[in-house]
Amino acid sequence: MTELKLPSIDYAALAPILIMLGAALLGVLVEAFVPRRHRHLVQLSLGLLAVLAALVMVIFNADDRLITAGGALAVDGPTLFLQGAILVLAAMSLLLIGERSVERGGAFVAQAAVTAESVEDRRQAEGSNGATEVYPLASFAIGGMLIFVAANDLLTMFIALEVFSLPLYLLCALARRRRLLSQEAAMKYFLLGAYASAFFLFGVALVYGFTSGIPGRPAGVDFATIHAAVGESPASQVLLFAGMALLSIGLLFKAAAAPFHVWTPDVYQGAPTPVTGFMAACTKVAAFGALLRVFHVAFAGAAWDFTPVLGAVAVLTMLVGAVLAVTQTDIKRLLAYSSIANAGYLLVGVLAPSRDGLAGTMFYLAAYGFSVLAAFAVVTLVRDADGEATHLSRWAGLGKRSPFFAAVFTFILLAFAGIPLTSGFMSKFAVFAPALDADQAWLVVAGVLTSMVLAFPYLRVVVMMWLSEPGESTPTVTVPGGLTSAALMIGVLATLVLGVVPGPLLDLANGAAEFVR
Amino acid sequence: MNAPAEPAGDVAYAAASGLLGSFWLLVAIPLASAAVLLLLGRRADRWGHWLGVAAIGASFVLGLTYFFQLRGLENKSAELSLWDFIAVGDLHVDFGLLFDPLAAVFVLLITGVGFLIHLYAVEYMAHDEGRRRFFAYFNLFVAAMLLLVLGNNYVMLYFGWEGVGLASYLLISFWYGRPSAATAGKKAFLMNRVGDAGLAIGIFIMFATLGTTQYDEVFNGVGSLTGTTVLVLGLLLLLGAAGKSGQFPLQAWLPDAMEGPTPVSALIHAATMVTAGVYLIARSNPVFSANSTLQLVVVSVGALTLLLGCIIGAAKDDIKRVLAWSTVSQIGYMFLGVGLGGGAYALAIIHLLAHGFFKANMFLGAGSVMHGMNDQVDIRRFGGLSKYMKVTWITFMMGWLAIIGLPPLSGYFSKEPIIVAAFTRDDWTAWLFGGAALLGAGLTAFYMTRLFVLTFHGPKRWTEDIEHPHESPKLMTIPLILLAIGSVVAGGLMVWNDGLASWLTPVLGEAGEEHHAVLSHTVITILSLVVTIAGAGLAWSLFRNGTATEPQPAGVLVTAARRNLYTDAFNEAVFEKPGIFLTRALVFLDNRGIDGLVNGLAAAVGGGSGRLRRLQTGFVRSYATSILTGALLVVAAFLAVQAGWLA
Repeated sequence: MTELKLPSIDYAALAPILIMLGAALLGVLVEAFVPRRHRHLVQLSLGLLAVLAALVMVIFNADDRLITAGGALAVDGPTLFLQGAILVLAAMSLLLIGERSVERGGAFVAQAAVTAESVEDRRQAEGSNGATEVYPLASFAIGGMLIFVAANDLLTMFIALEVFSLPLYLLCALARRRRLLSQEAAMKYFLLGAYASAFFLFGVALVYGFTSGIPGRPAGVDFATIHAAVGESPASQVLLFAGMALLSIGLLFKAAAAPFHVWTPDVYQGAPTPVTGFMAACTKVAAFGALLRVFHVAFAGAAWDFTPVLGAVAVLTMLVGAVLAVTQTDIKRLLAYSSIANAGYLLVGVLAPSRDGLAGTMFYLAAYGFSVLAAFAVVTLVRDADGEATHLSRWAGLGKRSPFFAAVFTFILLAFAGIPLTSGFMSKFAVFAPALDADQAWLVVAGVLTSMVLAFPYLRVVVMMWLSEPGESTPTVTVPGGLTSAALMIGVLATLVLGVVPGPLLDLANGAAEFVR
Repeated sequence: MNAPAEPAGDVAYAAASGLLGSFWLLVAIPLASAAVLLLLGRRADRWGHWLGVAAIGASFVLGLTYFFQLRGLENKSAELSLWDFIAVGDLHVDFGLLFDPLAAVFVLLITGVGFLIHLYAVEYMAHDEGRRRFFAYFNLFVAAMLLLVLGNNYVMLYFGWEGVGLASYLLISFWYGRPSAATAGKKAFLMNRVGDAGLAIGIFIMFATLGTTQYDEVFNGVGSLTGTTVLVLGLLLLLGAAGKSGQFPLQAWLPDAMEGPTPVSALIHAATMVTAGVYLIARSNPVFSANSTLQLVVVSVGALTLLLGCIIGAAKDDIKRVLAWSTVSQIGYMFLGVGLGGGAYALAIIHLLAHGFFKANMFLGAGSVMHGMNDQVDIRRFGGLSKYMKVTWITFMMGWLAIIGLPPLSGYFSKEPIIVAAFTRDDWTAWLFGGAALLGAGLTAFYMTRLFVLTFHGPKRWTEDIEHPHESPKLMTIPLILLAIGSVVAGGLMVWNDGLASWLTPVLGEAGEEHHAVLSHTVITILSLVVTIAGAGLAWSLFRNGTATEPQPAGVLVTAARRNLYTDAFNEAVFEKPGIFLTRALVFLDNRGIDGLVNGLAAAVGGGSGRLRRLQTGFVRSYATSILTGALLVVAAFLAVQAGWLA
């Protein structure tokens, strides 16, 4: 390990994180001091500006390859790539969150105790622009995610995990419609999240124990120490493996891998749709960023041992996601299971221990984020008097009512199914090819087979939209406001462009695909 | 048996130069005209047909110019490589053209006879709303045929081949409002597909074994192929040729193709389409000459088809169908010729050209008769027309005398040598094929005389609606007269001083030394004249006094002939029924077997999904249990791996 002057902090390298957290704090002040009617605009602008500024800093730092803040944070290629991805996707999420024209007051409610559509509720919706607390919360979450993918020791990683999880729990509870479902989802997410965090923390303790006793090196949970310990620690290997197992459980929980996925469908369904999109895109990037770093940097020496176990988890995840997607009747739950299956495909990329595997996984994360946000953007638009019409039967004949949006959604579903000329095909290819090179053919076979299974629920929706006659209850698609349109447009264009000319982003990912230790 | 004529061990074509550098115009002009006519639509209705005629006329004039240019060339070939058409890996296909003696005579036939037919069609189609569209297809047909004969590789030939197929489909079903026309078009298209598939596979074999489809490279490489490969390749090419030329077993579409307007029939039968098969075999002569089994097959197909055509032709009452079966039969003679190989290649080409004149002549004559008789086609309802349609009568007579091979008309000079050549084989097959050719000559004389007599002579048997048949206008009779002159003199001119045969030598090879026939030349000539006169005389005496206006009950042979010698029934039993059965079986297999398997899998997935779904109870406690179980499993798995590692 290189000699580090411990107190040195490279503020420029940390600027994206500092900007996001600063903006979040500023947002809290805005909540306190800015008059109610201006708050929404101010908060939205603040959030978007912060994300853009952070993104600019990420681009500015693009050539950084360093470890800073006393070894707590690593700003290297994967960090910067994933931070960039999180920020772009977060910007799209903020656009969706900020949409107010589709529903009065937006998708969020400030006082969840008030009954929906009651007199108080209406008065509140008229008087306010909805809950503007979502912006500081989202900013905190984004800031936490930026730390999470940069964390270079397990404690920092744990703190970051909590920093981005806690705001998410709250965000999940703020749905204007179906409040009980939303609050229940938040509660489940919180309880299970805390549960998983405990596993993670226990794992940290065990790994710390494992690193002690190496001659001439203090015990620690930074990745360089763990990496060194894997080869030479005199401590029992049981500590290492039990610790590794518990750590991975905490991370796999956030990544929504089976059997730690159980929260996903309920939370995706209950949370306000823009937040669901945010979780599906950004949380996934953050969780896999951490998984990549933990397994490629800290535990790289034990790759032979964790690969079969994580491989089994990947196969199980793909199977559970694909098979359960088949019988879903709610579009948000369907997308949740699709997200679970995608976690399986991403794990395949994580288990391909090559530069290509790392680059492919990162490409997948970015590409998938765009598509899934676009999908949830469409979901926010298909609504009736009671809000979003998420039951699949209601989507029958949508192609006749709103051909444009049905076509857009069809395109996104085809991308999920991995049809060529969409980013879905390229990203699957980008993770499967390195896995094949790494002799993990069984994972690829499972991936392809489950993709076939998964194509069925996607195509079923397509068939329903286009080949069924619209019924009485078929909702119309609300004309989206500028913000949703922008997010949708970005997502669809990215899905198309990354499918047709994936070269530039793949090159970018490839150039960034090297960790510093 | 003839020694396989050696077509110059290494085939090489000279690059086109000078005026010949522009011979791509031959194809481009009709093609451009077709495009203009189709794109301008109704705006071109008033003058479109003249554009069509002019395009073919221009091609003919150019063709003549190039022909004389070619005569002056040392190498007698001009190759033009326009652009690299396909370049994938090792695969290179030029968009290249070749103008050599064989292509030249085909160009002159196609554009010359084609021009006269176009001219005739201006008047014939005058009252049809779709005349412009008709001329667009007509030009397309000619352009495709020209591309077919002018390509310098098999892929170009295939392009033209498919273009001809397309154009013929469009023209046969030109009156698509009539179900019979639509069906006939479809039938022609489908039967052609069978042949086309053969040709396509043949081309693939060339790619696979020789890595090229350029004529010169293929012909030079044939020697390096195994006998079996050559046989398979040749049989596939033959299948393609049989499809386009209406040879056994793919002959059934040709008579049905009469559903198109009469000029279409003339064009298909005389100038384009059916000659393509003969061209293919003549062009591929190095392939066919390389395998005697292959030649035997070609000869057999030719002999069988020529008899089939004659016999069925003798029993038909539809004037155009008789002519159509006569084409089948005459093309049979040409196949016989190209199958015999050696000097007979040239004989087949000579017969093809001569046939082009007299068959176009007779088809247009038949059209003229129909024009005057309210589109009646049944020869039982004609009779005595010689008085009313003098020009048609005389010109048709020239065609009739030419086709039955009366000296000194065309047919005598072109057909009789083929009969002689058929007797020129080493073994008993000389008797078989020679006999078939001779018998065919007699039958031809019989049915053509029957047709001629029943149409133009004897008592009137007209339907009531016809009072005074009229001769066709000038625009129709002038082409008839020109074609009649061709029918009379073309054959003699072509064999004059072995002119055409020696002209074709660079392509088809030397005739080789004369093998003596099993009978002497004179005897065969006398025999063929005797059977011809006997056939004609028999028909004349039988039909001089007309015939019943309705088909009468007849013996086994006539009934069989009326039913196309049961070849349609044969096709139905051997191809159609099993085909339908196979389709049904496949559908059944697909529904029950494959779909069943797939559906079963889907049901299993769905069922599993439904069952697994119940685990998703919605209770946090059960989720926590699930996570705990998973956690225990993962920890156990890690520890198990670790235990293995320690051990």
